[in-house]
Amino acid sequence: MNIFKNNIFIFFVLIIGLSMNVNSAEGTTFKNLKPGFSFEGPFGKFDKESLKRGYQVYSEVCSSCHGMKQLSFRNLSQPGGPEFPTEMVKEIASGYSITDGFNEYGEPLERSMLPSDRFPKPYGSKEEAKGANNGAYPPDLSLIVKARLDGYNYLYSLLKGYEEEIPEDMDIGDLSYNPWYPGGAIAMYQPLYEDSVEYEDGTPATVDQMSYDVANFLTWAAEPTMEERKRLGFIVMGFLIIFVILMYLSVSRLFRDVH
Amino acid sequence: MNHDYQYTPKNGFSKWLDKRLPLMRFADENLLSFPTPKNLNYFYTFGFILTMCLVTQIITGIVLAMHYVPNTSLAFDSIEHIMRDVNYGWLIRYMHSNGASMFFLAVFIHMFRGLYYGSYKEPREIIWILGVVIFLLMIITGFMGYVLPWGQMSFWGATVITNLVATIPVIGEPVLTLLLGGYSVDNPTLNRFFSLHYLLPFVIFGVVILHIWALHVTGNNNPTGIEVKDSKDTISFHPYYTVKDLFSYVVFLLMFCYFIFYNPNILGHPDNYIEADPMLTPAHIVPEWYLLPFYAILRAVPDKLMGVLLMFGSIIVLFFLPWLDTMKVKSARYRPLYKIFFLLFVIFCLLLGYLGAKPPEGIYLLLSRVSTIYYFAFFLVIMPILSRIEKPLPMPIGISNPAINNNSDSSGGVSGSPSYAMDSK
Repeated sequence: MNIFKNNIFIFFVLIIGLSMNVNSAEGTTFKNLKPGFSFEGPFGKFDKESLKRGYQVYSEVCSSCHGMKQLSFRNLSQPGGPEFPTEMVKEIASGYSITDGFNEYGEPLERSMLPSDRFPKPYGSKEEAKGANNGAYPPDLSLIVKARLDGYNYLYSLLKGYEEEIPEDMDIGDLSYNPWYPGGAIAMYQPLYEDSVEYEDGTPATVDQMSYDVANFLTWAAEPTMEERKRLGFIVMGFLIIFVILMYLSVSRLFRDVH
Repeated sequence: MNHDYQYTPKNGFSKWLDKRLPLMRFADENLLSFPTPKNLNYFYTFGFILTMCLVTQIITGIVLAMHYVPNTSLAFDSIEHIMRDVNYGWLIRYMHSNGASMFFLAVFIHMFRGLYYGSYKEPREIIWILGVVIFLLMIITGFMGYVLPWGQMSFWGATVITNLVATIPVIGEPVLTLLLGGYSVDNPTLNRFFSLHYLLPFVIFGVVILHIWALHVTGNNNPTGIEVKDSKDTISFHPYYTVKDLFSYVVFLLMFCYFIFYNPNILGHPDNYIEADPMLTPAHIVPEWYLLPFYAILRAVPDKLMGVLLMFGSIIVLFFLPWLDTMKVKSARYRPLYKIFFLLFVIFCLLLGYLGAKPPEGIYLLLSRVSTIYYFAFFLVIMPILSRIEKPLPMPIGISNPAINNNSDSSGGVSGSPSYAMDSK
């Protein structure tokens, strides 16, 4: 009987364990590198400088093929993100233009972008994107970290994981070899090389640094409310822990005389 | 049950009200003074936890529906709009998605508890049957809810599961067309799933009321499985069980909050953050974790129609439980053999859940088949046989009387059984 009573905990653990197993059931055979990110853990916060650098790499390199349709420029200045100054975000946005509405002659009107606009799309359509990339569609990056198992470690590993030497038994044709990509043959050419960008804050732009910053930036982009979530979680859990102690004392007191 | 206590209206207004709409009397008799066995353990708090789960799902669901757009080209983005732009939208949505998992976790424990303590036996058959109805409705609601975000797993899960209907001879095809609103999962499917996903929780709510009503007619079962005999066996629901249930719920909430705030996506599949693409099939199509045991049963059978029948059969068989297990002794405490087979059953259920996430080949397929056979054998073979051959352990006379009832060979203290006469004051 006692075994059964105490098993409730094991039961919880088992079910949770099993459900985690569900997700790990189809990972790549290659173990992701874990450089360690500041946002990990229950009190983790984003490294704002890294987010800023990550945005720079995205806008100078990744954005030529990959869109981020869920993000607006205004997100860049919002708390819990890269927190660019508002003025700077206006400036960044105004560097792009968009066709929006019509003039009085019914001709499409072009205007420069505002902070409220979404990030510009690299291609007009999915077909155009495929056409420009040998039939492979460069996925939207807004949610890529959530859409991949162990997302940020995977992206970090993938971005710095390109290898020149292709295993002898592999024929990958036009594709590139990257052991972190499932199957090893990836349509994306190696995007980052030493000094692909010149960081505004003077950080040396090594492949490792850029991969790290991009992984950081894309993690934020996948869930801009993460810092708020963890902060609120701490308050809620703290309240509940105090509450649960009081409740436990109440139950013990109440049932003391029940035999 | 204890009927010594009577509600008496205290002031003028409550007397006036009591003659017209005995609302206070109802609340008093069912929530406050309701006599409840005094020996209920924490497994008996899951009824309250489940009620709270349902309420949470309904409230968060109503808020989500204010922002969600059930259209194939907008659904995915509208969820992201909720996550990013709606005030505390991320919180509401994580509560709802993780809340579904918590709901199922709680219902599994609730059902295993019922199985262990024989809560489905006379006179509680109707409570159990209504419970199975709720469980069935929960599965349908949960499945439809998972389709709404219109991610890859939403789309392909819906495709795989709805196509099972087509295996039914003759009526399969037309029913599938009706279900999908076309020939494949598309916008009409999303629309009707949204509509039904909004409707069914209220149906569940209705059945829950019947479930609780039935419970309040027979009174609670308890860990001894011996029926309540007099007021010495019971305590009032309030404050004893209101406080105990609340304590248990707060513990449950702590776990729930861990998922919401610190690991909100672990119970879901990463592929569901990729927008649905009918031209691109994911490498593995897996349902939500709580449906995995049933998925494993489905795939354990080589024949598609048989697989579908067994999968539905695995739930349908629960309806017949009160007549498959005819042993008068309710609680597994006094059934040493049943206890072993029950623990094996739990292990095989967990194993089925594990196997549902694995590809159906090799050792996984073999284990799925063994587990499926055990699942059905437990209900259809083991239970009826044990009912005949098992010799229960000596039982106490009553809940408050630990003395062994020498007279009882197989009487679980069912109403009208001789053990009633033994009850000494």
